[in-house]
Amino acid sequence: MMNNQGRPTRPGEAHGAARETFTGNRALDIEEPLIFDQGRFDSTGIDIDEPAPFADRLGGLTRADDLALPGLSEPEAVRHYVRLSRNNYSIDAGLFPLGSCTMKHNPRLNEKMARLPGFADVHPLQPQSTIEGALALMQELSRWLIELTGMKAVALSPKAGAHGELAGMMAIKAAISSRGEGETRTTVLVPDSAHGTNPATAALIGFDVQSVPAGEDGLVHPDAVKAKLGPHVAAIMLTNPNTCGLFEREIVEIAAAVHEAGAYFYCDGANFNAIVGVARPGDLGVDAMHINLHKTFSTPHGGGGPGSGPVVLSERLADFAPVPFLRDDGRALRLIEDQSGNQAFGRVTAFHGQMGMYVRALSYMLSHGADGLRQASEDAVLNANYVRAGLSDIFSQPFGDRACMHEVLFDESWLKSAHVSTLDFAKALIDEGYHPMTVYFPLVVKGAMLIEPTESESRSSLDLFIMAMRDLAFRALRGETERFEKAPRFSPRARLDETRAARKPVLKWTPREPWVEAAE
Amino acid sequence: MSAIRYTKDHEYIRINGDVGVIGISDHAQHALGDVVFVELPEVGKTLAAGSEAAVVESVKAASEVYAPVAGEVIEVNSAIEEKPATVNEDPLGAGWFIKIRIADTRALDALMDETAYQAFLKTLD
Repeated sequence: MMNNQGRPTRPGEAHGAARETFTGNRALDIEEPLIFDQGRFDSTGIDIDEPAPFADRLGGLTRADDLALPGLSEPEAVRHYVRLSRNNYSIDAGLFPLGSCTMKHNPRLNEKMARLPGFADVHPLQPQSTIEGALALMQELSRWLIELTGMKAVALSPKAGAHGELAGMMAIKAAISSRGEGETRTTVLVPDSAHGTNPATAALIGFDVQSVPAGEDGLVHPDAVKAKLGPHVAAIMLTNPNTCGLFEREIVEIAAAVHEAGAYFYCDGANFNAIVGVARPGDLGVDAMHINLHKTFSTPHGGGGPGSGPVVLSERLADFAPVPFLRDDGRALRLIEDQSGNQAFGRVTAFHGQMGMYVRALSYMLSHGADGLRQASEDAVLNANYVRAGLSDIFSQPFGDRACMHEVLFDESWLKSAHVSTLDFAKALIDEGYHPMTVYFPLVVKGAMLIEPTESESRSSLDLFIMAMRDLAFRALRGETERFEKAPRFSPRARLDETRAARKPVLKWTPREPWVEAAE
Repeated sequence: MSAIRYTKDHEYIRINGDVGVIGISDHAQHALGDVVFVELPEVGKTLAAGSEAAVVESVKAASEVYAPVAGEVIEVNSAIEEKPATVNEDPLGAGWFIKIRIADTRALDALMDETAYQAFLKTLD
């Protein structure tokens, strides 16, 4: 229980075990209560004039109770959020090896460019003649995306990777309907190792999802795909490199088989950072792919956005893009904004999308140049393999000891004798000051640990990470299990009860009255 | 003791005449970890063999429970929706998922019995 200052009323309630200080704080690590528990409901930090008499037109829907917003002074409110923000971990604070997330450095130059008033203050309803610079930037970004992917059209507007994926799949659906096969081609093939959004996207727009098993080597094989293909199949959704960190080597043959069967090839662009400037999805036979600007092209992510997920389309699908989109007509990129005279299925956003992200992505492209983008991908792959080489004598790899792409995948079979799970290991990594890697994904691997260091890390940073991982591994194998079972020991909150949180989630604050019941 | 059969996806079906009680094996509940959510089909739904019969979600992952054989759902165990922990505590007993009227009991011959399933589990590690 806490008092209304958010401080424990009994010893031993803050920071897990013993209460070490009167306040519950530990030096500058502040024990921060909820804002509702700090606020006073009888006061406010701002002055608002009493409204002049007005006619109530709410028709009896007037709120009966107080809003019960916490009243704080401005400095109190500022402190609350600053204190909470100090508990954040971000790519600006340290290595963030979350697999398939590409947590790369966000160059400050991008931020400077995005704050230029001509971009930052642009309004979607401004006359076109006043935003030619912004339009030129979108055109230039589109040109880069088309060039890097080898595709024919791009729609910049989708507002996140999953949104771009949805738009791409809707383009496929529109193309199939235009062929008169909307009723018959209703199945989408998705490999076992796919990102969770893939089957979700397909299901959302009414496709039946059928899974394609991966081979013993973690790759999808043409025979497995061909066995599932037929006149009922609309598309396959594949990620390359896949979520096991491996390049799908038979992708060209798979694409050919898919096309021969009359279906389309959707590629999940989440792992594009591994191949930028090295391989072009268009050359591999891909018909549609979303690009996570926040992953591959260094715009910020995490924290809920804004995201940006442009979708690129092949010649076969170009006419079915969501408007607005840019199409390569052989000589120039044409902006297509309305649906007349084409087969576009409509809009997926009200306006043009996330301008700020476009500026950041193009700033990254222009400052790196074509050679720099390629080098970033090569360094990302090199760094992942450096981590792999530094750990592979202890950590087991599900598909044998061979080169990976931009992320390296381990399983937990090496930990079995130590009675330490992947989850325990990840929690112990928090105590070492690292955000854990992706765990238990992909699902096809038991106790998966998926590590993506990105090109942003220096060799010394990787060395320290590898040493920390090795030290933890040796301790686990030596039987120091307490360090793992109780981890994280030094974070603001000790190990959370994830099962209870999932079974009995507390999703909203409960008022203090009646106080005792609310706290129970 | 009624007969029990298993699938390679770790579902079991306990057979009583033409009624089958379907759930997940002890190995499956162990591999999933603490089950936190269960979604059951509606009574009366017809399931094809290998089609999705239910969804089970643990702290680690969400998985489908597939119908070992074709049949019609005649009862669901709503108790595990309220208390998913039962699936961990007693997967073969109180933690059952659904009861089906088996369309064709001959389809059961393709499934593994207890001995075959235990042998199959040994091949997985």
